[in-house]
Amino acid sequence: MSSDDDHVYLSLAEGHGDDARWAFGTGFEDPLHGVDTTLPEDVEAGAHAAFCLALADDALVAAQRLAQWITLAPELEEEVALANIGLDLLGQARLLYARAGQAEGAGRDEDALAYFRDPAEFRNVILAELPNGDFAHSMVKLLLLSSWRLAQLTRLAEHPDPVLAAVARKGVSELTYHRDHAAQWAIRLGDGTEESARRMREALAELWPYRAELYAAAPETRDEVEAVLAQVLDAARLEAPAETPVSMGRGRDGQHTEHLAELLAELQSVARADPEATW
Amino acid sequence: MVSAVTALDPRLGAARAAAAAVRDPELPMLTLADLGVLREVRVGEDGVTAVLTPTYTGCPALAEMRADVAAALREAGFGEGQVHVETQLSPAWSTDDITAEGRRRLVEAGIAPPGAAPKRAAGPVPLTLGPTRSAVVHCPHCGSADTEETSRFGATACKALRRCRACREPFEQVKEI
Repeated sequence: MSSDDDHVYLSLAEGHGDDARWAFGTGFEDPLHGVDTTLPEDVEAGAHAAFCLALADDALVAAQRLAQWITLAPELEEEVALANIGLDLLGQARLLYARAGQAEGAGRDEDALAYFRDPAEFRNVILAELPNGDFAHSMVKLLLLSSWRLAQLTRLAEHPDPVLAAVARKGVSELTYHRDHAAQWAIRLGDGTEESARRMREALAELWPYRAELYAAAPETRDEVEAVLAQVLDAARLEAPAETPVSMGRGRDGQHTEHLAELLAELQSVARADPEATW
Repeated sequence: MVSAVTALDPRLGAARAAAAAVRDPELPMLTLADLGVLREVRVGEDGVTAVLTPTYTGCPALAEMRADVAAALREAGFGEGQVHVETQLSPAWSTDDITAEGRRRLVEAGIAPPGAAPKRAAGPVPLTLGPTRSAVVHCPHCGSADTEETSRFGATACKALRRCRACREPFEQVKEI
């Protein structure tokens, strides 16, 4: 590589006045920087803020769970894959928080929404906050969540808010990779050894009921997601568990398991330790 | 439409050249123009405005690209308060936007360029259950078409990992999006 090529980061550190910052440093915190953020008149601001916030919370909480696989994944490539998937979701969360803050109009930016809300104010679905469990559990979770989110984003690509539509369109290509990744693992494990198939069956039995909350939050996604899941299970030689209703709170109403509080305590600790910090 | 002021402004050429020459922080063999993320450079009464589009939503390099473009434009003679960098989300960036020159430079650096991006039809996105979605990916080292995907996710969001069965070398590929 030529010496010029080595200096991309160095030239940043050498200083260009206020722009001499690393990614996400001071002055570059607004992920919608320079985007026309006017809200169309036919979009009701309060409802839109809540809608974007819920989509952002799903992504942030899922991204945090994926990040917890780092140093623990079964192989290095998988660790990189899960980190990349989490990074995509984190990117979506940033844009959606920024959009939610603008629609809300109360001066809250992405950091205020991600770091300074308590668990009961989060609107993510319960499935996103559940602990990772073993690798089979995490892949079933990823399959359910990514199939559902992809079905949502495909529809939101036509949303009247051009910012949300643009975020969704970009997210569709990202989520396509996430869902394929989870589906391929489901097949590899389900149609793998006796042990891997047993673990997949256990994960499915435990997580299958949480689909109810996904479909309650976005009923229009049900048929598409069910068809995808059927296709994956068939290829994985797995059977869909019997429908057993499970009593659970509704994440979209702020009813969460104790696992969310634990997750947020870790996620928010640095920002809360020094709320005025800039870097 | 290009306004008369813009077309005649002698600073436009310099501004375009400066912004286009900025390198991607993650793929430094490519300029932002090669990568296709520099959408527009315009010069007007309020100074110069460069329009960038993100590759991946969560790409941490975007903030650096923005900083580098602003710095390059200031070096090209635009003063404080005269340099603006805007983000454009739509239409979304696709690997199809990487120029022919960009693809050549990727191969030169040992990275296989992306194939054609998948065309999105209306309706649900179909599942891909096979191990790879790229048709034929040539090894950037020996040129063989006998290569396989080892992981769809690489060291950066935009790359997958592959291996050449002919020369046995591992390599990265910019994955289609």
